[in-house]
This record gives sequence, C-alpha cells and structure tokens, in this order.
Amino acid sequence: MTTGTGMTKEQGSSPVRSRSLARRRRRDSAARFWRQYRTHRAGLFGLGALLLFALPALTAPLLVGSDVDDVTDAPGGPLEDPSTAFPFGTDRFGRNLLGLVIWGARVSLLVGLLAAVLSVAIGTLIGVTAGHFKGWYATVTMRITDWFLVMPTLVLAIALATVMPRSLLTIVVAIGVTTWPTTARLVRAQTLAVETRPYIERARALGGGHWHIMSRHVLPNVMPLVLAQTTLIISSAILAEATLAFLGLGDPTVVSWGALLQDAREAGAVSSGHWWYLVPPGVAIAVVALAFTLCGRAVEQVLNPRLGVSR
Amino acid sequence: MTADAASAPLGKPGARTATAYPRYLAGKLAGAAVSLLAVLVTSFFLFRLIPGDPVRFMTGGRQVSSEQLANYREQFGLDLPLWQQFTDYCGKALTGDLGTSYQFNAPVIDKITEALPHTLLLTGTAFVIYTVLGIVLGTRSAWRHGRLGDRLNTGLALVLYSVPSFWLGLLLIVTLSVGIGPLPGLFPTGGMESGGEEGFAYVLDVAHHLVLPVVTLVAVEYGQTLLVTRSALMDEMGSDYLTTARAKGLRDDLVRRRHAVPNALLPTVTLIFINLGRTVAGVILVETVFSWPGLGGLFYQALSVPDLPLVQGLFFVFAAAVIVMNTLADLIYPLLDPRVGR
Repeated sequence: MTTGTGMTKEQGSSPVRSRSLARRRRRDSAARFWRQYRTHRAGLFGLGALLLFALPALTAPLLVGSDVDDVTDAPGGPLEDPSTAFPFGTDRFGRNLLGLVIWGARVSLLVGLLAAVLSVAIGTLIGVTAGHFKGWYATVTMRITDWFLVMPTLVLAIALATVMPRSLLTIVVAIGVTTWPTTARLVRAQTLAVETRPYIERARALGGGHWHIMSRHVLPNVMPLVLAQTTLIISSAILAEATLAFLGLGDPTVVSWGALLQDAREAGAVSSGHWWYLVPPGVAIAVVALAFTLCGRAVEQVLNPRLGVSR
Repeated sequence: MTADAASAPLGKPGARTATAYPRYLAGKLAGAAVSLLAVLVTSFFLFRLIPGDPVRFMTGGRQVSSEQLANYREQFGLDLPLWQQFTDYCGKALTGDLGTSYQFNAPVIDKITEALPHTLLLTGTAFVIYTVLGIVLGTRSAWRHGRLGDRLNTGLALVLYSVPSFWLGLLLIVTLSVGIGPLPGLFPTGGMESGGEEGFAYVLDVAHHLVLPVVTLVAVEYGQTLLVTRSALMDEMGSDYLTTARAKGLRDDLVRRRHAVPNALLPTVTLIFINLGRTVAGVILVETVFSWPGLGGLFYQALSVPDLPLVQGLFFVFAAAVIVMNTLADLIYPLLDPRVGR
C-alpha cells in the first residue's frame, strides 16, 4: 500500500500540479528509456536503417514523382540494364526501377504498420480482457487464442486473402487477424501479474469499475510489452505482405516490394538472368524486416532486462 | 500443480507417474481432436465466402448452357442447401474422401497422397539439416557468448531470418542454376527429376534437384533453432551442477556435451516439433519457386483457379500437420522432462 500513500501525499501538497507532475514523470521515463536504448548498438543500427527507408518513402512524391508507376508513359525501354539514368535498370514496362522501389516502400511500410497495429490491438484487447475477467470468458477466449496459435499463420492468411476482394485492406486484415494470438498470450500473462498488485485492490476498494481498472491501471503497465511486440510484429507483417503480393493475392494496381518481385518473376527475370530486377526489392524487404527486428529486440531488452540472455 | 504435488504421497514418484501420464495423454489427445474438428469446420465455411459462383470458376468464362451449369452443380453437390453440403462434407471427410478437384477432375485425396511424399522428402531433408545446424551453432554461440564468433553467428541468423524465402530461392536460381557471367548453371532450375533416369542415377538426379530448395529452407529456418538453443543454454550456464562438473576436473568440452546441452535441449524440443509442422506449411513458397511437385506447389496451383475442394483439402492437411506436431511435442515432453505435466 506504499504506492497509495505516496500518491495522496503528492496530490495533497499540490493538487493542481498533479497533471504536470505526471507529464514530467513520463518525460523522465522516456529520457531514461532512450539513454538505455542508446547502449544497444544493434538497436541503433536498426533505427538508422528505418530512417534511411522512411524518409525517401515519405517524400517519394517529391523525389520520384507520383507518376513513377505509370505503365503507359514509361521513360525507358523494357528490361534495360542499370545505367546512369536508371541506376537499378528498368522493369518490364520500362519504368525506372529505383523509383519503383522507393514508391513501393510506401505501400510495404504502410501495410506492415497497419497490419501490426491491427494485430497488436486485437491481441491486447483479448489479452487484457481475458486476464481481467476470469471465469468462462477467459476460458473461451483463451481456447480461441490457442486454436489460432496452432493454425499455420501463412496458410490462414493466404486463405483469407483468397476469399476477400483484392485490395490493400484485405492484406492488412488477413495479416492482422492471423498474427494476434502471441500478443494475446503475452499480454494476458502480464495482466494476470499486474492484477495481483495491491494498487489494483486499492482501486477496486475505492470503487473503480472494470473499465477504469483495465484502462487506467492494467493497460499502462502492459504498454511496454505491447510496444516491443508491435515492433517485432511489423517485421513479420512486412514479410507476410511481400509473400502475399508475390503469390498474386495483393492489389494488382498497387506497387509494393512483393508485387515488384512477382512482376520480375512473371517477366522471366529469373531465367534470363536479370538479377538487378530481383535484388533491390528483396534487399529492401530484408533490410526493413531486419531493422524492425533489431529495434524490437533492443526495446524488449531495455524494458525487460531479464530477457538479456537472448541478446 | 502445487496442489497435486502436495496431495501426492512423497517418496512414491513411480505411483504418481503411472496415473498422471495417461490422464495427461487423454487430455492432450482430446484437445487435438477438438482442434482438428475446428479446422475441418473452418476449412468448409471459410472457402464458401469466396464471392461468385464456383461453377463459373470451373468453366473459366467459357460459354456454357444453363443445363451444363446445373449438371456441374449436381456433380459437385453445389445444388444442395449449405447445411446439407456441410454434413456431407464432414461425413465424407471421416472416410478420407475430401471431394473432387475442379481442375484435375480427380479425387482431392489422390492428388494429396501423390504429392505428399515429395513434400516429405524436401521438408524432411531440410528439417534434419537445419535442426542439427541450429543446435550445433546455437551451442557454440552460447558457450562463447559475446565473442566475435557468437556475434557473427547470431547476426547472420537474424539476417537470414529476415530474408523472404521465395526471394532467396529466386536469387539462388539466378546465380547457381541460370548462371551469372562466367559462372555456369550448376543446378537444375526446378522440378524434381530430369526424367529418363533409373536406379542409382535416378536417386542422384533427385538429390541434384533437391540441393537448392533444401538450401533455401535451411537458410531461412535454422536461425530460430539457433536462437532458442542459445538462450536455453545460456539459462543453464550459471547452474551449480556445471560448477560441480568442472570442479570434478571434467574437460570443458565434456561439461558442455554431457551436462549442459542435454538440459538446455529440453525447451528446444517443443520448438523443433512446432517448427516441423510449420515447415510443412511454409514450404508453399519454396515449392512454388522451384516448381517442386509437392503439396505447396499444388496449393499454389489450386489457389490460382481457385479450385475449392483442393484448397480446402490442402488447408486441412497443413493445419493438421501443425496440430499433430504440437500434440507430439506435448506428449514427448513430459517423458523427457519429469518436472513438466505432472
């Protein structure tokens, strides 16, 4: 109950400033987080690589022009070798491959981020509620989670993408709906641990309802875990997007890294040895996926030093 | 678990084991059966969501009279109400009949049993190699953790883990099958056999075709085994029994092999089985890229039509593979580690 008395003392001395106090505490913990994150060299490398890809992706309309994916008015001949005008060569329609890779980053990153957010949101919602409400609700949701956990994720995502109309939203939903169970399990375990703390009992004794306890006490405590999990899931979501696009399940009108690889394969780049058509999109996927994995591992280690062994 | 341990009479672990394991076994098997049933239900209803008429897919946009359409419907049982289709489907599935493929006009189960050995050959070979590689490298990495070798090892594993398997496959084909510049094509670009060979020459030919797909699978899969083995071994490394073993004067190598590794491998066993199930499903891309005549390649073909009964059947097989492997892991684990599941 020490936390409880501490809180009242703080509020008692300066009730008006409690909000600014909370803000300062948050700023301090963010600064502490950054100081520790800085010591993880792999994490910094991942962050740097992400910036390297995110900046061109955000400024792509200025850098390469928004007509870069225009098939009818392509600047070069089909399948040209790399040259000064086209550093990566041209694709099968004569479009500038460098421009396409930069343009494709927008879709790949966006789908990766949205899918990961959807996946983690579902996982957190299920995890927190299953940890908070015990009894039949927890039993049923955890059964469902376990069932999703044993399903082969990729096969299920492919199946979903097949039955839904071809669009980016479909890809986001297919990835989000199939990857949440790990998050749900982790968050539930953390919720169960948090719920045994005395301050939850105090909140309940003071009349805090389910919603208040879950949103004000449990959620802030599982947030670090959720953050690390999001970073890790983005990396697998980007890989999943590339895979689905490569299998021809993506939106055929949208340029993404996976779609570029599918184009390359259909254009016969493999058998004709046009390796420069294949390398850039694949390297981009691998670097971004690796960067998110490295960031996620670094965040995990900062927030949960007990996991330090897996470094 | 604590309640169990407290109520059981001390000093008679044998008696406790005799009753506990069958009950544990029954629970796990029942769970697996429920999961399989759920997969069957999902595979039926999920693919009914495909917009449009499956018969239209079958005829591929050709001009067909309405009688022919009705004929097709009757042949595949699509004229019946949904619940009746479902009960038919379940009843037949229990006898091993998964319906008739639209595009091959052959029983789905025949197509699957035809392709299954090819997939097992590919995944089996890759599985043995990446598991051994992952455990050996993971052990070395943990034993010398923090050194240059460990950093290179884990770094490479993480990089390969981030590489899309189909892209790696395509690159291998470009460099080693088609050949770049002075490099001649060393390996076949795809398929499983050149045809015409017999006896020992046939075995060599298949092995030759097997190299690149196996390399691709091993490259993308070994990293996870490596990382799990490494962290499991590092958890063990501070243990007292290792100090004792060293104090007895055992060589470092023996301490590692006889004492640390067997204990560290326990948590890895679960992962190995789960991985095997996942590899069967993850093989879709590698088989597609290398035109390997297995379940994954078949799945890709079925998807592009879409050939509903075949997609359904393969979906069931992939999911069942994962469930069976998970259950096997659950069943074997308590036998290896007496602390679990009692």
